[in-house]
Amino acid sequence: MIGGLFIYNHKGEVLISRVYRDDIGRNAVDAFRVNVIHARQQVRSPVTNIARTSFFHVKRSNIWLAAVTKQNVNAAMVFEFLYKMCDVMTAYFGKISEENIKNNFVLIYELLDEILDFGYPQNSETGALKTFITQQGIKSQHQTKEEQSQITSQVTGQIGWRREGIKYRRNELFLDVLESVNLLMSPQGQVLSAHVSGRVVMKSYLSGMPECKFGMNDKIVIDKQGKAGASDEAGKSSGKQSIAIDDCTFHQCVRLSKFDSERSISFIPPDGEYELMRYRTTKDIILPFRVIPLVREVGRTKLEVKVVIKSNFKPSLLAQKIEVRIPTPLNTSGVQVICMKGKAKYKASENAIVWKIKRMAGMKESQISAEIELLPTNDKKKWARPPISMNFEVPFAPSGLKVRYLKVFESKLNYSDHDVIKWVRYIGRSGIYETRC
Amino acid sequence: ETNKLYCTSVKCCIFELKAELNSDKKEKKKEAVKKVIASMTVGKDVSALFPDVVNCMQTDNLELKKLVYLYLMNYAKSQPDMAIMAVNTFVKDCEDPNPLIRALAVRTMGCIRVDKITEYLCEPLRKCLKDEDPYVRKTAAVCVAKLHDINAQLVEDQGFLDTLKDLISDSNPMVVANAVAALSEISESHPNCNLLDLNPQSINKLLTALNECTEWGQIFILDCLANYTPRDDRESQSICERVTPRLSHANSAVVLSAVKVLMKFMEMLPKDLDYYGTLLKKLAPPLVTLLSAEPELQYVALRNINLIVQKRPEILKHEMKVFFVKYNDPIYVKLEKLDIMIRLASQANIAQVLAELKEYATEVDVDFVRKAVRAIGRCAIKVEQSAERCVSTLLDLIQTKVNYVVQEAIVVIKDIFRKYPNKYESVIATLCENLDSLDEPEARAAMIWIVGEYAERIDNADELLESFLEGFHDESTQVTTQQNTQVLHKHTQNTPDSDNPDLRDRGYIYWRLLSTDPVAAKEVVLAEKPLISEETDLIEPTLLEELICHIGSLASVYHKPPNAFVEGSRGVQHKRLPARTASGESAESPDAGQSVGGVSDAPPAVIPSQGDLLGDLLNLDLAPPSASVPVVPASMQMGVDLLGGGLDSLVGLHRPSGSQYLSGDIGGSPIAVGLAGGTGGMPAGLGGTPAMGGGLGDLFDLGGGVGMATGSYVPPKAVWLPAMKAKGLEISGTFARRGGGIHMDLSLTNNAMSIMTDFAIQFNRNSFGLAPAGPLQVLTPLAQNQTIDVSLPLNTNGPIMKMEPLNNLQVAVKNNIDVFYFSCQYPISLLFVEDGKMDRQVFLATWKDIPSENETQYQIKDFHLNSDAASTKLQGSNVFTVAKRTVDAQDLLYQSIKLTNGIWALAELRIQSITPNYMLALKCRAPEVSQYICQCYELLLRN
Repeated sequence: MIGGLFIYNHKGEVLISRVYRDDIGRNAVDAFRVNVIHARQQVRSPVTNIARTSFFHVKRSNIWLAAVTKQNVNAAMVFEFLYKMCDVMTAYFGKISEENIKNNFVLIYELLDEILDFGYPQNSETGALKTFITQQGIKSQHQTKEEQSQITSQVTGQIGWRREGIKYRRNELFLDVLESVNLLMSPQGQVLSAHVSGRVVMKSYLSGMPECKFGMNDKIVIDKQGKAGASDEAGKSSGKQSIAIDDCTFHQCVRLSKFDSERSISFIPPDGEYELMRYRTTKDIILPFRVIPLVREVGRTKLEVKVVIKSNFKPSLLAQKIEVRIPTPLNTSGVQVICMKGKAKYKASENAIVWKIKRMAGMKESQISAEIELLPTNDKKKWARPPISMNFEVPFAPSGLKVRYLKVFESKLNYSDHDVIKWVRYIGRSGIYETRC
Repeated sequence: ETNKLYCTSVKCCIFELKAELNSDKKEKKKEAVKKVIASMTVGKDVSALFPDVVNCMQTDNLELKKLVYLYLMNYAKSQPDMAIMAVNTFVKDCEDPNPLIRALAVRTMGCIRVDKITEYLCEPLRKCLKDEDPYVRKTAAVCVAKLHDINAQLVEDQGFLDTLKDLISDSNPMVVANAVAALSEISESHPNCNLLDLNPQSINKLLTALNECTEWGQIFILDCLANYTPRDDRESQSICERVTPRLSHANSAVVLSAVKVLMKFMEMLPKDLDYYGTLLKKLAPPLVTLLSAEPELQYVALRNINLIVQKRPEILKHEMKVFFVKYNDPIYVKLEKLDIMIRLASQANIAQVLAELKEYATEVDVDFVRKAVRAIGRCAIKVEQSAERCVSTLLDLIQTKVNYVVQEAIVVIKDIFRKYPNKYESVIATLCENLDSLDEPEARAAMIWIVGEYAERIDNADELLESFLEGFHDESTQVTTQQNTQVLHKHTQNTPDSDNPDLRDRGYIYWRLLSTDPVAAKEVVLAEKPLISEETDLIEPTLLEELICHIGSLASVYHKPPNAFVEGSRGVQHKRLPARTASGESAESPDAGQSVGGVSDAPPAVIPSQGDLLGDLLNLDLAPPSASVPVVPASMQMGVDLLGGGLDSLVGLHRPSGSQYLSGDIGGSPIAVGLAGGTGGMPAGLGGTPAMGGGLGDLFDLGGGVGMATGSYVPPKAVWLPAMKAKGLEISGTFARRGGGIHMDLSLTNNAMSIMTDFAIQFNRNSFGLAPAGPLQVLTPLAQNQTIDVSLPLNTNGPIMKMEPLNNLQVAVKNNIDVFYFSCQYPISLLFVEDGKMDRQVFLATWKDIPSENETQYQIKDFHLNSDAASTKLQGSNVFTVAKRTVDAQDLLYQSIKLTNGIWALAELRIQSITPNYMLALKCRAPEVSQYICQCYELLLRN
């Protein structure tokens, strides 16, 4: 299991050091600093073995978090734990920075004592932790016996992510379908790979212990219902809109065995914001933009670049925050750009022309042309021609996913599904959206 | 403000803190404890404040209490007597009405590794294990594992293991999960006792808890389940069915652990079963999903997918695209993806793969580009239809003239030539154009091979080869070997009619050599080359099976069995995949279900031999130089030094026991190798015989007057590292054996102008595996002109390499200034162990048994001690007198010595009363050590 956990600043100074196992000595702290943080070469692996001690590390801005062990631990668990640790700290004091860590070091030690016992991760849901570990210190003195046992039963209970007795005057929930669409396209316009990785993020402000059921246009479910209903019409109308989900994963509140057997998504949600599910689709993806590059080398000292972008969605919708990044060679000496729409600038420090367009409606087209002057070099190495990348945001889900329902049942309190105010929003963003040139 | 805490604490002296800790004001006290913890964090030694901090423990402020506990956990071990002061508070807290405090107390107590505290822990722990509150119970469950780590016997004696087993049936899923985790850990160090007792009923309980506990608990349970071997295929299937829902969990570790269980239990399913196909299909999507996790997890996932693809290629054969490299992937993800792409390449997807690989070959990272070029070559060899396209892609890359691309391409083209002889020789001309740019041995060797192989088709082959020969002496062996064979090779084909007299002469020589037996020569030189295999870097099947059982763990990341990087008993057991058992035949294998982890007492899995070989090579390159070598740039050396340890531990020495390895290593003779077995057998032989009545026994006079042990001899400290060689650091030291342990006593003197800090020490491999048992404890910085004495405990568990002389030890010492190397020699008496007294009978038998060629005689001159005094002196250093005999005015002492690695040495010391000379006869199965033992005799007797 995890033998120790260290947090360093960018210089390699220790901010937090907590040792859980006897086989980890103080020298481990230094070994990591010397061999990883101060290593001359770029880090070639997130797992490093130094003198029979294994170090797992992740970086958040310029803070290093390292878990140390001398045993054959579950490596995936260690990384998941480190991420979770970051989440917990963020939930408590915001951004993970040297300043924040130093200001909260007592709190961090307290958290580390609670969520890792002898190197075994324990309940690390912030919802539960915040009931008894607070930034103002622990409030145990004033707790009643009932409160105490409520805390412990929540921390160890089956529904460790939600406490009892939550009350809202207005029962409300927000669903955000956030998708990132990834594309790799050949210069000729052939899709080399495309997939959508989506997340359903829920903000729930519901009283009591509500049972929720979530439904979407999952092809498997729709097909099943179509058959059951035996009506051609239903099959047709919904079948057209259903999507094939390659795979999905769920927050630990979702009853996985039920999903496995009935493909229904039922759960008691945590209070506040959390990620209900993640999914991935590869079929019938709506690619919101198409990039058509044209690069011509004129002699050895000049490049001519023309890039056309086409929007491919309903004309009534507006894409926002569009940015096209056209890489330029390292020996670029000057760039002249002409674009029809938006603003374009050559950024020498980033070796790229950055073309920004605030808004663009569907089924439109725009173009940029640039002349790139090059310095003659003896460098034999050819320019790698990195792909042209794009960023954007569109108000729909490129996978085609639709939320069909989210039903809420709370038998003990007297509010029904109809009383809950529900909001659904779709946002599609570019993931790695690249066209080779 | 806390920022100030961190930095002022460096200057803030202990004195001020002490005052603040004893302040009456609560707030001030708390702030002071915070400062202490901050100092502790940055590595300052604040152990001097122990009593003052412990005084703050009795408080109703929980925050303060937790801080004090944190301090206690850190320093209790160094101040065991004072730590007792805390016991009362702990015991009281374990009875607190607040479950959070009860749990906190039992959790912290388990972390204090002081024997006396441990005694007091038992009663509270017993209560807490049965506490009404699940939070306390789940904490107590882990505490049993903690206690077991400190004192295993105590845990067994107190019956905690049974209580822990009962907790598996607890109503609370988290208690179950922690109990499973604790039991799994404990059972790793007791491979033979059936602690977890996995059977269909307990498995059912675990599967139920699986649905209800936290994500971490699910991991503990799944990892435990993976150790179970189902009775038959039906049970296997039903477990699989209940585990598959976990594949949709958001936590990647849950998913990977579920994959492990499924991959393992699948082995038992008949392949024609429908469910088998379903399961295969179910496995692909979650594996692909893992690739959208954060990069570090992607890396873990990819290393595991690499194993899964080798074991069951069918799972991911259609998923090639997801392994395409993204421009922004970290390099470690890119390299791993490339590996998997090559494994998945097939005729169906080769076009796409090649197009990708060509893109990669123009990227920036050199390692990645090289690997991509190599991958193109692998594709050619793997998919014959694509060979032509691969070759032309490689030619395109050669045209880029990027040096390392060209060299890499030539290396792989050589392999393509070997696989498809006489097919692509048209490209040779292009290759020859790039001759001058080849500066890497592997590329040069490849080119020479090509030139030699196709000599008859290259007009100027002689010249080309000649040009390589110019640098013959500078070349690495790889190249020269290739040159030799290829020059030879060419001349078996052409008679030496060259115009170049030099080459001609050489040719004649070969020719004459060859003409004595031309057929044989041709057979040797032009022999059929071994075929190139289609797959590269395949993991040897037994290891692969073992690694599949470790999916998700570090072993699967390193692709090494756990014992290659885990010390001690943990992970020594080899795991194996279960064999397929049909429902009907289950009764045949009664032990299948019982053995913990399906481990059974299987013979250890075969480890690929390259591992060790590689280890040796690495060691050759990385072994730190001895003292005489001038100082290399600091950072460089440091990297090599510290990494050196890491690398060879990664590669791993697989030796069953130190003694066997050493004796084999040192002796190289069959006698020495036999030693391990011999010593092993000895105790059995000596057990039975009681007092001796026979003639043999009479020869011996009971050596009663052995006298009291006076403690072993410690040579005076000698300067090992003079200050002028180490930038002002002077190290002198000696070795001592105290209380059964080995110590290296050092004096560090700072003769430099600046303060020295951050001391660390490491040993090179040595003959007896001496290694530091802990870090070098120089807690305070070493000021100018200050000398500090440190005692470094050593053990003999380190890596082993025969040194010359045998007792030589190469040491690296690091401080904030640099790394310094020196070598020193320890008296071999350091390794004489306390239980080295041999039974008389056994002594006699052994003495006879050791062949006389292993006997060495020494003379120790100028001694006036009588035999009793000598015996007493020697006994102090664990040289035991087994018997004494007096014949013709000379005393004969029969003595036995046992070394830490189990080697025995038997001695006969002849003490004459007339002459002041002693005669020593030594018999040992490893005669190499005799000389050093004799040196010790002299040393011990003279002091």
